[in-house]
Order: sequence, then structure tokens, then C-alpha cells
Amino acid sequence: MASKNGDIPRIGVYVCHCGTNIGGQVNVPEVVAFARTLPNVVVAREYKYMCSDPGQMLIKEDIQKLNINRVVVASCSPHLHEHTFRKATLEGGRNPFLFHMANIREHVSWVTQDPEKATEKAKAIVEAAVYRIQFHEPLESKHVPVHPDVLIVGGGIAGITAALTLADAGKTVYLIERESSIGGHMAKFDKTFPTLDCASCILTPKMTTVKDHPNIHLMTYAEVLEVDGYVGNFRVKVKKKPRYVIEDRCIGCYVCIEHCVYKTPKHPSEFDEGIGLRKPIYIPFPQAVPLVAVIDPETCIEFKSGRCPKKCQKACREIVGRDAIDFTQKEEILEIQVGAVIIATGFQIFDPSRIPEYGYGRYPNVYTSLEVERLVNASGPTGGAIVLRDGRKPQSVAIIHCVGSRDRNYNPWCSRVCCMYSLKLAHLVRERTGAEVYNCYIDMRTPGKGYEEFYEKLLHEGVHFIRGKVAEVTDWTINPEEAGKLVIRVEDSLIGVVRRIPVDMVILSVGLEPRSDAEELRRLFHISCSAEGWFLERHPKLAPVSTYTDGVYIAGACQGPKDIPDAVAQAGAAAGEVLSLVDRGVIELEPNIAVIDARRCSGCHVCIALCPFSAIAFHAEENVARINEALCKGCGVCVGACPSRAISQQLFKDEQILAEIEGLLMVD
Amino acid sequence: MEKKKVGFYWCASCGGCEEAVVDLAEDLLTALEQIDIVFWPVAMDFKREDVERLDDGEIFATFINGAVRLSEQEEIVKLLRRKSRVIVAFGACSHMGGIPGLANGVAREAILDYYYRNGPALESREPMPPDPERTWKEHGFHLPRFYENVRALDQVVEVDYYIPGCAPPPNVVKGALAQLLSDQPPPSGTVLAATHALCHECELNDTKPEEGIRIQAFRRPHLVDKIDPHTCLLVQGLICLGPVTRGGCGALCIKGRMPCTGCFGPLDGVRDFGAAALSFVASIIDADDPHDIERILDEGIPDPLGTFYMYSLPKSLLFQKVLPSNGRRTARTEPRREKAESR
Repeated sequence: MASKNGDIPRIGVYVCHCGTNIGGQVNVPEVVAFARTLPNVVVAREYKYMCSDPGQMLIKEDIQKLNINRVVVASCSPHLHEHTFRKATLEGGRNPFLFHMANIREHVSWVTQDPEKATEKAKAIVEAAVYRIQFHEPLESKHVPVHPDVLIVGGGIAGITAALTLADAGKTVYLIERESSIGGHMAKFDKTFPTLDCASCILTPKMTTVKDHPNIHLMTYAEVLEVDGYVGNFRVKVKKKPRYVIEDRCIGCYVCIEHCVYKTPKHPSEFDEGIGLRKPIYIPFPQAVPLVAVIDPETCIEFKSGRCPKKCQKACREIVGRDAIDFTQKEEILEIQVGAVIIATGFQIFDPSRIPEYGYGRYPNVYTSLEVERLVNASGPTGGAIVLRDGRKPQSVAIIHCVGSRDRNYNPWCSRVCCMYSLKLAHLVRERTGAEVYNCYIDMRTPGKGYEEFYEKLLHEGVHFIRGKVAEVTDWTINPEEAGKLVIRVEDSLIGVVRRIPVDMVILSVGLEPRSDAEELRRLFHISCSAEGWFLERHPKLAPVSTYTDGVYIAGACQGPKDIPDAVAQAGAAAGEVLSLVDRGVIELEPNIAVIDARRCSGCHVCIALCPFSAIAFHAEENVARINEALCKGCGVCVGACPSRAISQQLFKDEQILAEIEGLLMVD
Repeated sequence: MEKKKVGFYWCASCGGCEEAVVDLAEDLLTALEQIDIVFWPVAMDFKREDVERLDDGEIFATFINGAVRLSEQEEIVKLLRRKSRVIVAFGACSHMGGIPGLANGVAREAILDYYYRNGPALESREPMPPDPERTWKEHGFHLPRFYENVRALDQVVEVDYYIPGCAPPPNVVKGALAQLLSDQPPPSGTVLAATHALCHECELNDTKPEEGIRIQAFRRPHLVDKIDPHTCLLVQGLICLGPVTRGGCGALCIKGRMPCTGCFGPLDGVRDFGAAALSFVASIIDADDPHDIERILDEGIPDPLGTFYMYSLPKSLLFQKVLPSNGRRTARTEPRREKAESR
């Protein structure tokens, strides 16, 4: 049978064992013997690792010696090695698109229990590929320039690090942060483990550098609304929420805040985790970047009633002379063009009120670890004093590890940072209050540089360590010693007794969770999430900051729980990937564009309005539609709609897809 | 020169295709100078035996209109196939199943039940379904079997050419005859009409907006006060299947202000006419909200099967299975049928 372009298909089929990944489940020799019986198959071989150099050599040699003109490799996902084998086909002397990959690993061996069934399935998939490849044609790839600017979503330590790395390399960076200041979770911490560095001291210089960097466009109080385009050429719409304070005019002098009609702060501060209070006009924390006030319309009297004397505005105008407050500010939609995106949106903490037996929200002296971070922070609501809600200094404090983590009822994963920050908090509490500190842990996990040493140090500081999962926190007391205290009930599994420990304060070491709106972001950027909701990397080991969407990278805790050093390392890695992409300057696009057969086109206009890229135009003199190849992104919308079947999509032609289906169904 | 022998036959059809032959008027008389009609039950007194007496392949061409549902129709078209060098499927019913083919949307039993047992037009006397072997008042007689499904002609016998249309307009018939009688007939399997969709030859194609077609509401012709004869009917919200239908008729219906209903069938390369039609109609709906889309479809297209498969249900992939192609090029489709009656 001659193919469309006139040559007789001479197909080479190469079945990969992938070590035992495929070979352990699929009878590879049987698949190879089967492939030899298929039409136009000239040679079928097996190899331990087709992606290795000798594996690729098989293809090149067969092309040259046996005049193979179509190549099928049955191995892993095309995501992994399509590029490898296309290149091998090209190096052998054939057009790289005369290659097709049959996935018998992810689609067969890894997901099929019965080896016999797996072998049958592998045969069907190989047959599908053999049928399909008869209809493959040589194609030319398209090269498009990469826009040199970069978008970074999230202004925590990961986003900041990536932004600075790229900006220092001369790239224009758009850093988008949802909150009114960058800094993320790290800005809330007092000290960082295990070195007990002051978090502010190491973070705030970076934050101000971001603000002052000529290559960084910082957009705080902003969110990504829409993403269009593809690697090298993304069009992103960003929504800037109104902060009712003109950023360029505000100098962060606090005068407006002092003059707010609320004499004292009455509203829980989001930044202080509700431990401290703020006014309706506020600056979240003294080191905020940008240091610009923001008005919360939910609590501001002017927004609620329209009858506020607007003293803040007056003060800004008359005392400071800046006139920065604008109650009529509207949200703004900005459109930016970038070549690459780094997503660094971080995590949220587990909500411990989901575990009622720990009493969070019921007993005032049960705190989350993040609340205590604000308590111990020198610039926090208590100025660093660790006090209970009634102002007393705690005599005894219990720290409960793994709250919401490593628990089938909540999150099964280990949040990785809780053991270490619990040790840090134990140290700080002990240092500042001299209280008795009880750390109740399941397993102590301190596998980082200097981490085990930090644990060792704590063991000698008089902190009590109790190995056991806390059953409950209760105010039900059974003896005078417990009166007025919270009682921790925990089985100390090292000595085999159930203990009741009366304490003044309970700190819940809450775990890390994917952000509740991660799914929306995932959809915006067409990336994947793991089952838990963390953004999915392209490969867990070899491509940990890439995603399956080219040009979109991930860094920091949005990919999974991690501590500051790991987040920073990932941010650097993501910046490196972006530099490699942007500095290359051009990318090769899949030639999967749509083409119109003018002989069939009736000029019916159906496709024209459908094209999301306005790539189709009507040519009146010939009465046909035409596709601008440079604009077509190969989405296939027009292909499905064309009533004359005049439009087809390269690499996804009807005949290719139907042949593939037919091949798939041929095996009994 | 010896005249070429030609036959005509009708299966499940309305008779319109026979009219289309007569519509050739004087041209039919001219054609008779070249051809000799050997079988034409609707117009001349021939019997089955007259065909059986002919040698195999003695007839040059037989034009068969109508779909195949009865065992009698199957027997005769198979006989004619044997006797003819060329079989031409004449008209939409033999081409694609036609309007009778819409019966494939209803179970055979339900049809018999409606017409012979419980239909509103029946008197309440003893039901008399058409049993192939039955006696009535001591007279035994045979009736043709009523098959499970309606089939297009090429689902029963091999077909060489198709003349599309319901009924084929005279210009198409004339053009087809000329092609058939020429020294270089077109390749087997050709549909003897245009190769572009109807829009290509429609005078109103120029009136489509430059930026393409977006429809917010579909309107049915009988519910529209006034159809603008100078604007593309599709743009006016009427479901005109011009974009998906083979041209060649000269847009006759559109000239009469009626939208195209697709009697010329699909273009080469389209596997399923209704699916292609549905796909393009769905593509031009100007709405993003699923509820809006549903409302637009429900209100504007109350009978999707009748709208999109008016002439082609038996040839569609609906109710069918795809059989492996032994030649390894493309698969065939074959209607689901009763096993006992299939051969």
C-alpha cells in the first residue's frame, strides 16, 4: 500500500523493556513477534532501554540499512521521550514526524495487573501505532520567537527569589501578589530554623530590592484573570484590585491611619492571624512592600454608610500634602505579554477547627503555630511577648505535632516543616517565658542540614518530648492541680502510659495544604495537580520545577510542602529554566496546525468566527477561507466544525485517528 | 451502433424520482436514440421474468431509486446487479436511505404495532400485521418480509454511481447521463454532482458577514413572518444545511426562500452527514453558558434527528457498527439487522 506521499511504508517497530518497568509486566518478545505480522512492518526489535544511545542507534541503523521510512517506538509516554526518538529518526535521515510513539508503560504495564492482559493491550497499542503511521507525512516545524519578559505569580520567598534572579540577569519581570504586600508566610515568622536567623532580617532586604529593582514590575493586590497563548508567547490579563490609596502618592507615613475615625484598631488583622487588630485603613506590617496603606471596604465606614467624615483623606491632603486616598478607585485590568511563567503561590495552613477534639476556636488558649509565630515576632501585636489572651504569661505550654498531617482523616502527607518549626517554637517559648514545654510528636523528622543537631540541642534545653499522638485537649479537670488549665490527654508510647498534662497554652503545629483556590489557578495555566492538590511537576526527579505545560514552571510550596531553603532552591531552579528558555530566543512549535484544502472549501464561513486566534480569513475572489499559519495554534476547533472536511489538522488527520482506532480494535 | 440497454427500478420511494426521469421531457426522447429501456415497472409493462431472461451483465446501466426495506426489493436489486454492468443509485433514498430511512429511528415492532395494531387510524377489529406467510379466507399468500432496518442501496449491493437529490433535479440528471455515456466515465463510486458544498454556488454566500456567522436563536421557516430573500438564510437563523451539503442543484430551495435540508448528502470525505451538520451548527451558536446553549438548541431544533438526518440516517454511524477494513484503508459501516433476515 502506497502512502499519500507516494512511498511504500517500510515500518520499523521498536519495543522497549524499560528495564522491568515494561518488561516485568508485558511479554515483550511476544509483542515483537506480533508486530512482525503487521502490514508494512519490515523490522521489529526489542531493547532493554530504547532511549539509551545503543537503543537509538538501532533506529538510525535500520533507517540506513533497511531503508526504514516509518518508525514506531513502543515505550513510555511521549511526554518523556517523543523528542528523543524524533531526533533519532531525524539523525537516521528521515523526517522526524515519520515517527510515532506507542505508550505501553503509563498506559499498559503500570496500570494493568494481569501480565497476559497487559501483553494483549500492548499489542493493540502497537497495532494502532502501526496503522496510524502509514498515514504520517513529513512535516516542517515552525519556529517562533520567545517573548523575553517573565511573569511570576506569588510574592513569597520563592517568588521573590526567582524575580530577583531573573531581574539581575536583565530580564523584565512582572511579579504579581494577591495580598497588599509581598513577603508571604516568611514575613510572618520571627526566627527561622535551625539557625534562628531573624526572618525579617534576611527577607526584608530582598523585599525592598524587589521594589527598587528597575527590571521588576511589582503588582501587589493583584490577581491573574486570564491566560492565553503558549510557551514563549503568553498573553495574561491581570486584575489590580482597588486599594483606595494611590500607590505612587502614598509614602507609608501612617498619618491617615492615625487619623482614621476609629480611634483604636477594632478589626482582626489578617497579617497577624487575628491575634492583633487593625483599623479599616492599615498597613499590614511595618516592613510591608510596597509600604502603602490599603482600605478594607468591608470595614470602612465610608464604604458602608457613605457618611464618614473621611478624616484619613483630609489628613493625607492637609497634613502630608499627598492626597493619596481615593475612595472612587476602581479595579483595573492590565494585559501583559510574557514568554514564561513561574507559579509560586505557596500553601495555606490546615484549619485545626476541623479537629474538634483539639478545641481550637473553643478554648481561647489553643493557638495555631502561625498565631504563635506572630506572638513571638518582635513586630507582632505583643511586641514579641508570649502571653495568653488574657495577658498572663504561660507557665506551661504543649506543642502538638502533626495537626492535620499524617492523618488519614485529614491530610495523609507529612508537611515536612512542622517538626522543625515546633522545635523552634519550643526553644523560643522556653527562652522567653521559661515555661515548661511539652512537645507531643508521632515521629521526629529532622532530615535537613543542621536539623538533627538542632533537635539534639533542644533535648538538652529541658524541653519535654512525649512520643504519642494527642487524643484530646480538654478543660475538664479532675484534680486541683489541673484547675483553670487545659489538659492534654496523650499516650506516651515510650513508657506505655496515658498521661494527662495540664498546661496554660496549647500550640497546634498545623500542616501545610494546597491553597483552596489552587484548582482555579491550575485551570488558568493549564497545568496539572496531584491528587492532593499540589501543582504537579513534569517529572518528580528530573524536571521538578517544570510542568506539562511548556513555559510554565512551579517553585516553592505550591508544588508540595517544603521549608525555606528548598523553596529558595526551587525558585533558583525555576529561574534557571526560564533563563534557558528566554535566552534561547526561539522555540520550535509542533507542526500540528490546521490546513485548508482549497479544492474542498466551499467558503461557507463557518470556521471564521470560531478561530480563537483570528487566524482564518475569507478570500472573496476565490470564495474560500484561508488559515494564516503563523497565527494558527493547532487548537482544532475549525477542524471539528468544517462541514466539508476541507480543514484537517496535521498530526491529527481523520485518516490517522481512524486508522489508529481501527488498529486498536483489530486485536481480538 | 447498438443501443445501450437501460433499466429503471423503484424500491421504498415516493415516486418523485420516477417523475424526475419524466421531467427530462424532450431530453428523454433524445436519450432514447442512444438507449433502449428494458425494464421500468412504473411506466412500462415488464415483468421480473423479462429481467431474468437477460444474460448477466447484458444491461448497460440500471437506475434504482428508493431505499431497501422489503425482501422483494432486496431480491430484485440483487437480480438487477447481476444483469447490469453499472448500477446507479438514483435519488436520496437509494443514495443514503432518504426519508424512509428515518424509520430506523424507530423499532420495527413499534412501526408494525402503530400501523397494524394500535394506531389511531385503525378500526378496532382483528389486528392484521403483514405476516409473510398467511392465509385469509382460506387463501394462502406470500408477502415480502419487512426487514429490521431501512438500507441504502450500497448497503445491499455494490453501487457504481450515485445521482443525488430528493428528487434529482433535471440538470443534475442530464449532467450525470452525459458523464455516464461519455467515453471516459468517472471513477466508480462517484457522486455525480458538484464537489463543493452548496454555499459555493449559492448567490447568498456573499451576504455572510466578514467576521463569520454567530447565531443566538434558530428559527424554523414556518414560524418566521418574513424571510429576507437577499440575505443568507443561515445568517437569518434558519437552519440551512448548505455548508455541509454537496452542491450541484444550483441552490434551488434557497432561491425559493427555503433553507437547504441536505438531500444531496455529504461531501467526499465526510463520514456521517448528520454528525458533520450537527458539528457545524453547534459551532456557530453564539453562547458560552451551557444553559443558554441548551435553550437555543431546544427552542430552535425540536427534532434534531429529522433536522440533521432527514435523508441519511441509514448511512449514518448511528445504530451501526464499524467493521474492520480488510484492505486496511478505511472501515465499512453496516446497519444492524436481524440475523435471520440478513442474507
